Amino acid sequence: MAAAFCDQCGRSAEAGGHVRCAVRRELEPPRYCAECARRMVVQVTPMGWTARCSRHGEIFSPEGVC
Amino acid sequence: MAHSPGVTTVTTEQSDILALARAQVLENGEGLSEAQVLEVLRLPDSVLEELLSLAHEVRMRWCGPEVEVEGIISLKTGGCPEDCHFCSQSGLFDSPVRAAWLDVPMLVEAAKQTAKTGATEFCIVAAVRGPDERLMAQVAAGIAAIKDELDINIACSLGMLTPEQAEALAAMGVHRYNHNLETARSHFAQVVSTHTWEERWETLRLVREAGMEVCCGGIVGMGESLAQRAEFAGQLAALGPDEVPLNFLNPRPGTPFGELEPMSGPDALRAVAAFRLALPRAILRFAGGREITLGDLGARRGLLGGVNAVIVGNYLTTLGRPAEADIDLLGELAMPLKALNDTL
Ligand code: SF4
Ligand SMILES: [Zn+2]
Ligand SMILES: [Zn+2]
Repeated sequence: MAAAFCDQCGRSAEAGGHVRCAVRRELEPPRYCAECARRMVVQVTPMGWTARCSRHGEIFSPEGVC
Repeated sequence: MAHSPGVTTVTTEQSDILALARAQVLENGEGLSEAQVLEVLRLPDSVLEELLSLAHEVRMRWCGPEVEVEGIISLKTGGCPEDCHFCSQSGLFDSPVRAAWLDVPMLVEAAKQTAKTGATEFCIVAAVRGPDERLMAQVAAGIAAIKDELDINIACSLGMLTPEQAEALAAMGVHRYNHNLETARSHFAQVVSTHTWEERWETLRLVREAGMEVCCGGIVGMGESLAQRAEFAGQLAALGPDEVPLNFLNPRPGTPFGELEPMSGPDALRAVAAFRLALPRAILRFAGGREITLGDLGARRGLLGGVNAVIVGNYLTTLGRPAEADIDLLGELAMPLKALNDTL
């Protein structure tokens, strides 16, 4: 499913203006749920991260959590 | 080193400060004064390589080739009542970072993953003004669980302490405590309004009194002048910490410093070298912001310019380079990882 919202700034993904967000994403876990734009509870660990949306559940870094 | 002829003329004053640093710091192990650090910070790019190689020689001479590797973890993220203008974890700004607590099993897992990289230091951090009873209990439980399962030095960074809390942490086996002065005393009020530089200094005094190693550094690139950057180096030298973590401002969205420009690479490297020359024997750690300021080459440039400690993996709320990349680099540079026995 294509993301409806930008996980860095929480605005509509289609709106444009996400150039800085793309740069930021390289060194930043997601902050907003891509499905509903709620701010997520994010835990960064030495080797990964988890991000939880109260509505859409938890997602994990591709490398795993810790 | 090779200069392009005709591009910049190195003045006598510039070569003087390097010659002086060579005699005073490299030969005698005596750090540069604030005024001397300022001269170093004003050196032009044309002598940057010479400066970095001197800082590297100083580090090799007074600290040796070992590199101390550390992993850090945020036990309590966000929602901090303080207003440090660089910090995405302050609850007072409109930052996207939400409050979160880590449980003990995850904390132990993070310590294990850190140890696997060869790191000997694991620092537990909480975004608070100072610890309350709940946090102290969580830290005690976490440390006991980690010590049960693995051998690693444990450091903490939990904000301002009371004498009793400092004693309690030392008794739990915390070997080093981090509390940054953040910036020069004369610049502090531009950075934080909810507590003072002196309150921070007082916690550092308590840490030392309780018998823990003192870890104290800060962030450069927060709008301070070069004179204030030199002042900060002088104040750290007066404190004489065991470790100095050096961060470069990574402007965080929603914070008062969110729109500041990151420092230039040469300025960041000059700061690294200048801090090494002010603090010849300290463990000088590359902390946050190096990826933004110096890119992929940052680790190499820093490790050959005065730095002798790194944070591997991710930071508290942002991501770092893959740990393996830094560990491989240490191998390539023939810099052994500091062993656990050396630090116990
Ligand atoms: S005290 Fe620490 S966590 Fe709180 S705002 Fe300042 S730097 Fe951030
Ligand atoms: Zn965006
Ligand atoms: Zn959601």
